[in-house]
Amino acid sequence: MAERVIEITGLRKSYGDIEAVAGIDLHVDRGEVFALLGPNGAGKTTTTEILEGYLVPTGGHTSVLGHDPTKAERDLKQRIGIVLQSTGVDHFLTVRETIEMYGGYYERQRPTDEVIEVVGLREKADTRVRQLSGGQQRRLDVAIGLAGDPELLFLDEPTTGFDPNARRNAWEMVKNLASIGKTVWLTTHFMDEAQYLADRVAVIAKGVIVAEGTPDSIAGRDRMRTTIRFRPQSDAPVLPSWGQVPTADGGFLLEADDATRAVHDVTGWAIEHGVTLEVLEVTQPSLEDVYLGLTGEEEGEA
Amino acid sequence: MSQVLRQVRFTNKTFWRNPASVFFTFAFPLLFLVIFTTLIGNDDVDLGGGIVKLSTYYVFSMAAFGLISACYTNIAISVVFAREEGVLKRVRGTPMRAGFYLAARVIHAALVGFLLVAITVAFGVIVYQAHFPSGVDVVYFVISLVVGAGCFAAIGLAISGLVPNADAGPPIINAVILPLLFLSGVFIFIGPDAASWVLWIGRIFPVRHLVEAMHRSYLGLPFHWSDVAVMAVWMVGAIVVATRTFRWEPGR
Repeated sequence: MAERVIEITGLRKSYGDIEAVAGIDLHVDRGEVFALLGPNGAGKTTTTEILEGYLVPTGGHTSVLGHDPTKAERDLKQRIGIVLQSTGVDHFLTVRETIEMYGGYYERQRPTDEVIEVVGLREKADTRVRQLSGGQQRRLDVAIGLAGDPELLFLDEPTTGFDPNARRNAWEMVKNLASIGKTVWLTTHFMDEAQYLADRVAVIAKGVIVAEGTPDSIAGRDRMRTTIRFRPQSDAPVLPSWGQVPTADGGFLLEADDATRAVHDVTGWAIEHGVTLEVLEVTQPSLEDVYLGLTGEEEGEA
Repeated sequence: MSQVLRQVRFTNKTFWRNPASVFFTFAFPLLFLVIFTTLIGNDDVDLGGGIVKLSTYYVFSMAAFGLISACYTNIAISVVFAREEGVLKRVRGTPMRAGFYLAARVIHAALVGFLLVAITVAFGVIVYQAHFPSGVDVVYFVISLVVGAGCFAAIGLAISGLVPNADAGPPIINAVILPLLFLSGVFIFIGPDAASWVLWIGRIFPVRHLVEAMHRSYLGLPFHWSDVAVMAVWMVGAIVVATRTFRWEPGR
């Protein structure tokens, strides 16, 4: 059986009347990349900071690597790496000095050059922190999180504010960590990030977990109906009835449980009658669709 | 211990690379020393047991000012900034012991303070032919410095917890110390005939005791252990307050 690295049961945290975390149960096994996905203010950071030992929960139980994080034991801190949502480092040290300094706090310091390499800051190793760009500072944050060679790494919104290129690089970095057996707890509000990185995803909204599973199957995504959109040439013969509905552009929309068969029906019919399909699109519900449905977030809402 | 020394080294690097903090810490005491001695340095003052030139008085009172800047002002401001930028929170998430980390900041501040005292005294001896302590007085002088450094560093840590955010840091931290510096005779000599409430402020707060302990040892006058005792009491009190007020996370 897989080793439980994080175990959360009935976790609650309130600030006055506001319940930021309203009773959640989660677990993460060793070697997993776990993503906690949710909109801003859903309780991601609160949950994460409880696991990191910064916040004391109002109720429930948490266990991180077999320790109670609220006790702030140094034994536990030796084994975890924390990348907080907001960065904060001394501006006047260089990248190398900063990683060296934080690494020195741990018993198992990872060689500084290796850490610099992993986060891709080699050219900036001797640059002072204040001269780094936002994305580079974020990578330094991750580097500091890795400096003690942790078994478990917390990444709280690691790519917020990144340009697409920097995000790709950061993703590769996290993939690398996973490939060397690190357990990663990731929070994000980017669907594609969770989709690309996570072995398992939980969606949190208003302090409760509304869905949990692999990115491909979460909330029945794998069982949801596939949408086929097609438009035959204008002089095509009348279509047989598969349950399609006409669209404004003269095409059709067909929702199917069995996508393979439905596509076959449409294309088979087109070939048989010598009809050209000017449009043919097959779409599966994206993680984003699932997420928006679950969190009740409308597009365009901040 | 090696963890503490290691941290002192990094704190030291950070300190010297920040031109603003170096300038304010080092330039002010020397600048004031030159200004005050130029304006009124030739007057004589009676320090109760010895008549000295004001230029000599200013050498140790500016040395005291330097020690207070380095320990109290610098620690309080740098801790507030480190906290508000999330540096302290980050350190809190590592196995580094909180006590070691803060001890390193205090030790570093004290070393900067001692350096500043040495520079001020050397400057005074060379430029103003100020007297230099010798024999057992050196021991008293060092005791005054060490206890004074600990006292003001502890007060700095305690005050930092009462500062809500980075913008409020410098005004609050200076507003606490500046009136005390004036009312304790650091900038303007205060004789025994001053208003009694002024003298009481000198007796209650630690600034005047630091200046007195330094001037007594510096000039070879009888050393008053009560000066050291008052600073020690303030140090203990400030540590107690600091353990309650000190914060590792930025204010919201």
